[in-house]
Amino acid sequence: MVGTKVEEPTQIQREATVVPPRLEVAEERRGGDEDFESLPSQISVRNLDFFYGKEQALFDNEIEIKKNRVTAVIGPSGCGKSTHIRTYNRIFNLYRDQRATGEVMMDGVNLLSSQTDLLDLRRRVGMIFQKPSPFPMTVFDNVAYGLRQHYRLSRSELSDRVEHALKRSAIWDEVKAKLNEPGNALSGGQQQRLCIARAIAAEPEVLLMDEPCSAIDPVATAKIEELVLDLKSRYTIVLVTHNMQQAARVSDYTAFFFQGHIIEFGPTTQIFSNPAKKQTEEYITGRFG
Amino acid sequence: MSVVSQAESSIPLRRRSVGRRKAVDLVVKVLSWLGAWFGIAVMAFIVWEVIVRGAGALNWDFFTQSTPQDFTASSGGGMANAIVGTLWITGVAAAIGIPIGFLGGVYLAEFGRNGRVATSVRMVANVVMGVPSIIVGVFAFAILVKPAGHYSGFAGAVALAFIMLPVMARTTEDILNLVPNELRESALAMGSPRWKVTLGVVCKAARGGLITGATLAIVRVAGETAPLLFTALSSPYWMTGLFGPGGFFGGPVANLTKTIYDFAGSPYPYLQQLAWGGALVIIIAVLGMNVLVRLVFQRGKKW
Repeated sequence: MVGTKVEEPTQIQREATVVPPRLEVAEERRGGDEDFESLPSQISVRNLDFFYGKEQALFDNEIEIKKNRVTAVIGPSGCGKSTHIRTYNRIFNLYRDQRATGEVMMDGVNLLSSQTDLLDLRRRVGMIFQKPSPFPMTVFDNVAYGLRQHYRLSRSELSDRVEHALKRSAIWDEVKAKLNEPGNALSGGQQQRLCIARAIAAEPEVLLMDEPCSAIDPVATAKIEELVLDLKSRYTIVLVTHNMQQAARVSDYTAFFFQGHIIEFGPTTQIFSNPAKKQTEEYITGRFG
Repeated sequence: MSVVSQAESSIPLRRRSVGRRKAVDLVVKVLSWLGAWFGIAVMAFIVWEVIVRGAGALNWDFFTQSTPQDFTASSGGGMANAIVGTLWITGVAAAIGIPIGFLGGVYLAEFGRNGRVATSVRMVANVVMGVPSIIVGVFAFAILVKPAGHYSGFAGAVALAFIMLPVMARTTEDILNLVPNELRESALAMGSPRWKVTLGVVCKAARGGLITGATLAIVRVAGETAPLLFTALSSPYWMTGLFGPGGFFGGPVANLTKTIYDFAGSPYPYLQQLAWGGALVIIIAVLGMNVLVRLVFQRGKKW
């Protein structure tokens, strides 16, 4: 993936940004064989309630998001999937009447506390939305947006990192000649990968993906799924999806939401082959939802 | 199933006549066509009449010479002092009205939203937009001309700025509301502070519309006469700098609209012709700005 003459960007934080070899995913990623308890958690949610005005949308959610794993969030429309992950970066704070109570712990700190620095939180927890949303600027400036926001970088470091993020998002070859063209000029699938590049360029720890493939075609979807598998060695990924095949293909753990409650949470293999709850089974086999 | 088939068999469906619907369709089509062309025809008639009568007045002198001191003259003199004065008054009005109106609109769309303050500001803006412009002129007279003891171009500019304010604020609000929320959310999700999201992403995405809005606000006041009657008044002389009795802040300033009003009402044919020329210049300027803005907007659209 990386051209030979491109140098690794210098360190910003944590380990160097080495592109990992493509993972041999099929067997060992499923989460079923590993010891859930001993895996480090990135985010621990307890007693999470959420309100749109007076209407309660989430009830007593409890879930452990494991570090460097893909956690899929599935469930019928309106069950609270998006609402749930939108608490992880507090993006719901944009709206005055939305309110969350309970605990969303990351590194021993409750993110819902009023002391949380939202700008820093959002550097650590990146987000990809359903509709690709390139900013009204060039491809390069799109990817550089978060970098410029959070880090002091020289011009050459900046362009190295932009290139690197585009490569990790498997879109470099398609846009390397278009870096100075507007991001909106790309196709839908490319725009979404551009948004992923923009999010990972800022070196987040967690990547929230809110139905990232629902507005793009199957080929682009396949590319993004491949990308998710590729990215999980460096990021903790939470993927909201309507597509159960997608959840089964890419996730290690799966949470099934229904009417604001987390009905079942466990290794993806178990949820899909041997669900403990009747509602989960009915949803997965397509009997409702 | 059985209920449906029973209904089908017992009550036969009666078809409505197709001819009637087609006739109504045709009538509506023709009426809307007539409506559209009536508007265009009136507009074309005005422009045509102004071109025919005004074109004769446009020559080198018109754009370089001051208005004639000798009312009975039949040649010489022009409108240059009035054109310069109008540019100054409108320019200063835009410099005051557009930034303030823009920021007000940003507040309404991005921060105030449906809060109590925003709701009342929005209501006041709507009311002020409907205030007759002569009342705005009287208002500027009361706060600027009366205390200073003299007319001034600046007072005229303030009156025009006051008219632009609500127009600009509401236009800005409407345009920013068209920017999809996903864009705000994804920019905020990058860890950008709100002001940076608003100016760097949301307003940038909407900039074509914002430029159009600002230009239309300018065009809206460029042809105003009433607010200038009590403020800039008019003058047969060139504006002499900023201060002093002949300056922008110090005294009456020549302007196109008031000069057109004066000359058109005068009994001297030559002055009347100059007035037609002035009207033509205003129309061309307004049309030109509209077209220019549309071109810029089209080019900016691909963002």
